[in-house]
Amino acid sequence: MTTPTLVSTAGAPPATTRAQRTRRVLVLVALALVAISAVRVVTGATDLTSTGAISAALAAAVPIGLAGLGGLWSERAGVVNIGLEGMMILGTFGGAWGALTFGPWGGVVAGAVFGALGGLLHALATVTFNVDHIVSGVAITLLATGLARYLASFAFSDIGGGPTQSPVVPSLPKWSVPGLGWLAGIEQRGWFLVSDLAGIIRGALTELSALTVIAVILVPVSYFVLWRTAFGLRLRSCGENPKAAESLGVDVYRYKYYGVVISGALAGLGGAFLSIVAASIFREGQTAGRGYIGLATMIFGNWRPGGLASGALLFGYTDALQLRRGSESVHALLLFIAAVLAAIAIFQFYRGHRVVGIVSIALAAGALLWYFTTDQIPVEFVRAMPYVITLVVLALAAQRLRMPAADGQPYRKGEG
Amino acid sequence: MSRLDWRRWLPPILAPVLAILLAAAISSLVLLSSGKDPGRAFASMVEYAFGERTGPASMVDMLNRATTFYLSAVAVAIGFRMGLFNIGVEGQFRLATLLAGAFGAAAFLDPVPGPIRIFLIIVVAMVVGAAWAGIAALLRVYRGVSEVISTIMLNFVGGSIFAFLLTEDYLGVKQPGSENVTTPILPANAWMPSFPFPNTNQRVFGFIVIAVLVGFGYWFLLGRTRFGFDLRASGMNPTAAVASGIDAKKMIITTMLISGAVAGLVGLPGLLGRDHAVTTSVAGLGFTGIAIALLGRNHPVGIAFAALLWAFLDRTRIILDLEQIPQETIVIMQSVTVLAVVVMGELAARFSRRQQQRSVGRATGEATVERGSVAVAGAGVTSAREGS
Repeated sequence: MTTPTLVSTAGAPPATTRAQRTRRVLVLVALALVAISAVRVVTGATDLTSTGAISAALAAAVPIGLAGLGGLWSERAGVVNIGLEGMMILGTFGGAWGALTFGPWGGVVAGAVFGALGGLLHALATVTFNVDHIVSGVAITLLATGLARYLASFAFSDIGGGPTQSPVVPSLPKWSVPGLGWLAGIEQRGWFLVSDLAGIIRGALTELSALTVIAVILVPVSYFVLWRTAFGLRLRSCGENPKAAESLGVDVYRYKYYGVVISGALAGLGGAFLSIVAASIFREGQTAGRGYIGLATMIFGNWRPGGLASGALLFGYTDALQLRRGSESVHALLLFIAAVLAAIAIFQFYRGHRVVGIVSIALAAGALLWYFTTDQIPVEFVRAMPYVITLVVLALAAQRLRMPAADGQPYRKGEG
Repeated sequence: MSRLDWRRWLPPILAPVLAILLAAAISSLVLLSSGKDPGRAFASMVEYAFGERTGPASMVDMLNRATTFYLSAVAVAIGFRMGLFNIGVEGQFRLATLLAGAFGAAAFLDPVPGPIRIFLIIVVAMVVGAAWAGIAALLRVYRGVSEVISTIMLNFVGGSIFAFLLTEDYLGVKQPGSENVTTPILPANAWMPSFPFPNTNQRVFGFIVIAVLVGFGYWFLLGRTRFGFDLRASGMNPTAAVASGIDAKKMIITTMLISGAVAGLVGLPGLLGRDHAVTTSVAGLGFTGIAIALLGRNHPVGIAFAALLWAFLDRTRIILDLEQIPQETIVIMQSVTVLAVVVMGELAARFSRRQQQRSVGRATGEATVERGSVAVAGAGVTSAREGS
């Protein structure tokens, strides 16, 4: 029921081994790198692989990824968590308040605790009271918005802030892998591929916030706990078939609580990252829908940690480009998108899916046409990109995604 | 058993009332814990809403707010009743309002008489709203994409398109003497006539009539038509509905289109009755609609009460500042109410289910009754996902 394989739906090619999959992913990554590098050389959009862009992408990916991990923990336990956004909002407040009161690490803890409290409420509503998961999530997001404002008006009014904003909060330490200074020189040269690699390595390994490192570590940790421990197996069994789990003596309610509370804590951590690291301040509306994007990354990461981490990086990347001469950089990316779509089209024709292939070709041609007829992309379109990508991926691949079998379904003990 | 069995109708009514009381109690505790007198706060809110001096203006404002809330909530409720979550009212109404506003102000409509022009604006808004919701419906039916996710994504995409179109390059114009970019101002004959209200020069939106008609239409559609029956059946038990010959795909598309069409109306009371141009400021009404639909238990009259209550809280929160109470207390009260209502609703449904099972058990002389085997109409919102 819950073997740690990727999607294996009927009609799919025979299951591949782990090594084969790893190799395939590496090849794809390498191809993407070459393509991006070529696009950079052709268009001169140096920000596509600059250190600044990559480190901004990583920073933008962290809160999205943490929210996505939050979604993963909850949905693996069978509870749809649309309240991630609300738990993140609680985390932004908790982070700022904790950092101002107990120092930056206190903020990290407080952010996670506030998020976890939101998760606890969601668990109470959905698990104990059997309220519809979506309804509870929406209500929690509403509540969190109001609660954060209310608490902020008490916490920050006397120290130079107010209901919508906090004073500047103390920051976390930043870490760098030592001995990478020489890469800067290579990046400057603008060599094909080599300079791009230098920029990416420097961006990914220097000037990292401590919380970024923690977030990155949490991805394999989540994988390990969920797929390699008895605890994780029990938790996932509650999301796949709670009645079977119950019959084997698993306390389904308890594991659902664990999943949803951890989910809230992770989302809260993402919120704390926003207020402590990204902005150094709590501001109302700071999350700007990142909880929902996190949910989206989890879905098209196919409810798997690795997949959602890549999704978060992708969104983080478009997010970061938009801040760094966004209109030009993303415009250059159109060329890349056209190339990817063309590759998909060829692959689909090869596999015999003519319709999907034709649609992909048409989209590729559209992207190419767009590239050649314009000089930049309106910033609004750049901003909409993650959402459009999500919709397109869902539309093209929804059948290949496999969510936990009992995700979102009500469960009452003893009614199996 | 008789239709008037108290076990059936009482819990669904009692639940929201209890929930509101519970939320009021929690809000009072919040106020007490910060050293404020909840009684005084509440008295000043009531005074502000219905008192002699500020009452008339407040009541007009509350009616106008409630009109907008009501439309938004009905749009959400139509989906809820068949287990479809249209979280996308926000995006649907913003795009609809923008395009309808720009269309209504277009010069080629100038020879058209006012009422027809208003009618055309309404039609455009409904079509745009339905079209935007239709994307989610098609994705759901043909690609299996959950409408919850797709409507959330479409909200953001819609917001971006809104921001993109409402610039001077496209649909926007800069209003003289201000930096705000809006759609061109509608000609005066396309302003919706409004009603006077005693003791104030504020006027009630004419659109309130349309909101009432929508509410009536919703009631009629659900309770008096074959479509409404199919819709409710699909919401309560999708498997049984399909087995009885209901075309699930067609139901999803039709319901989503109707929901989107009603969502398209949400921005129009303000557009036709007050602003006469679309500004960037409209936002958030879609999510309010979800809350109010939940609060009103998806019932046409329940939603009306919920919308009025919400409007009352929204209107009177500014008075709390004078009592040195943060306005946010109201937001907390609103969201706690919603949460309490859904929890109470679930408990009430469980209670009435158990009562019915017990009476059935007595009637059939059985000592034990199988739990969970009687399907009941008590729960307002049921998940669309079916058991495997």
